[in-house]
Amino acid sequence: MDQKEVKALKAFAVRIRLATLEAIHSLGSGHLGGALSIADVMAVLYGREMNIRVEDPTWPERDKLVCSKGHAGPGVYGTLAVKGYFPYEELKTLNKGGTRLPSHCDRNKTPGIDATTGSLGQGTSQACGLALGDRLKGRKNRVFLIVGDGEMDEGQCWEAFSFAAAHKLSNLVVLIDWNKKQLDGVCDEILPMGSFVEKMTVFGFDTVQVKGNDVAAIAEALERTRQGGDKPYAIVLDTVKGAGIEEVENTLMNHSMPVNDEKFEKWTGELKAELAALEG
Amino acid sequence: MKIVYNGEMDERLCKTVLGETIPAILESDPDTIYLDADLMSCIGTLKYGAKHPDRAIDCGIAEANMAGVAAGLAMAGFKPIIHSFGIFASRRCFDQVFLSGGYAKNDITVLGSDPGVTAALNGGTHMPFEDVALYRVVPGSTVLEPSDPTCLISLLKQAVDRPGIKYLRVGRKSMARIYADGSELPIGKATVLRDGTDVTLFAAGIMVHEALQAAASLEKQGISAAVVDCYSIKPLDAETVTAMARKTGTVVVAENANRHGGLYSAVLEVLAESCPVPAANVSVEDEFGEVGSQSYLQQRFGLTAAHIEEQAKAVIGRK
Repeated sequence: MDQKEVKALKAFAVRIRLATLEAIHSLGSGHLGGALSIADVMAVLYGREMNIRVEDPTWPERDKLVCSKGHAGPGVYGTLAVKGYFPYEELKTLNKGGTRLPSHCDRNKTPGIDATTGSLGQGTSQACGLALGDRLKGRKNRVFLIVGDGEMDEGQCWEAFSFAAAHKLSNLVVLIDWNKKQLDGVCDEILPMGSFVEKMTVFGFDTVQVKGNDVAAIAEALERTRQGGDKPYAIVLDTVKGAGIEEVENTLMNHSMPVNDEKFEKWTGELKAELAALEG
Repeated sequence: MKIVYNGEMDERLCKTVLGETIPAILESDPDTIYLDADLMSCIGTLKYGAKHPDRAIDCGIAEANMAGVAAGLAMAGFKPIIHSFGIFASRRCFDQVFLSGGYAKNDITVLGSDPGVTAALNGGTHMPFEDVALYRVVPGSTVLEPSDPTCLISLLKQAVDRPGIKYLRVGRKSMARIYADGSELPIGKATVLRDGTDVTLFAAGIMVHEALQAAASLEKQGISAAVVDCYSIKPLDAETVTAMARKTGTVVVAENANRHGGLYSAVLEVLAESCPVPAANVSVEDEFGEVGSQSYLQQRFGLTAAHIEEQAKAVIGRK
């Protein structure tokens, strides 16, 4: 991947962060930390890796995303808005009565959302069923599953991973957002999971760990997953919760945070400066 | 539909019927797919599954994942059927069926086997008295309890193509023969198996046979009891329920389930608005299950023809 493309993906990630802030600021607060930590992987998925048609969001042969950490909805909506799945201004309807953008992802409400998630762990099994079903239908597409590290507390994830390996779902790529924190604090202080790389490997996945807020590293890891084979893929994304906005990164309890006018102006100012430098 | 009830048992085990009907559905519709949680042997589908591992998938002992995988298969364009014992097919994976299935509009047919006291020797841990109540409160759901093997075949075939979450509470053992082979029992309807003037006995599943036995006994005592097979618990045939209550003036509801939230509740919800009449129930009185033969458990929990008869006389006395 050349530097021009790296820059373009970095810029896309900044735009996703701006869009995420737009949505959450319109409401005053929201699930900021976990939405920001996945901005870079979302940029690589929707900017490079996934085979999609924005104008035809239900095209059966498309690559699909299951964001099992459904509370990262604003980050996914930010991505879809930048891509043009719906008007950017609609981000400001987040969580308002009658909106198409509920706090947690809903495939029946939002153009471009492929799976309904929010009850943690459930997206993992849905992704397995989707990957198996697409394969049985003879489709060549892939299914990308984003799981939170705190979400891995749920036993259902491990049932699903066993299933994925048993059925050799090499069209499934699990992306673990290892941002080290969950709602009540630090994952390792609440329910230590040990090494995700070792766990996923033992569960039968072709597993790598990469810098999860580095678009070039993510892109390289995703390229590896195109080769098929007889194992599902896992990429452990070593991320920072709240990534991309220093003040949010440095806030311990950043799962859900207020975004008032002052913070919005400050943080979007920083991001716009970063964008200008990238696109200068 | 033709009624052929004479008090005798159908020669087919429900397990055998399931083991034939599920493969027949899979063979006739390539969009259907069947998942089990390590209980294929128990409903006669193991041989088919061994031959067709892409159509009949054993998910292992992981019901939550099975329900979620079914939702994903629905997203990919399939019409999934999932099976486990009733307790696991309801309580164990309820949130997955509710959210990944119902809420997300991924249609799933759920088979819960060994309803209520038919779980018998597996005992209290395996005895669902609450599955009907749970599935009734899933918005847009369908809840079915076949009264004989023919009814089971008819309902399962219809359920697969219905939208939403479809829960079938199915026995595996023998049941009394109620309907002639090939009879169709439309979802949303109830069958008046026997007409009457003094009391209507509404029943589902194994309790239909008990209700018919009770009605025969009551007739000898000069009491005219109607019997209605409420195999479609949701949607309930409100028109028939109301008409029969109006005609007979009293009702008894017989169910192999907890008195809270099941068929008794469903019938009373209709009659409270349309035709309030004295009512009584023959249900499990808010207890957990326990181990024993089915006949012992029917006595233990009060689910026999004699109990229905007693309640019928009591409720007629309240006219």
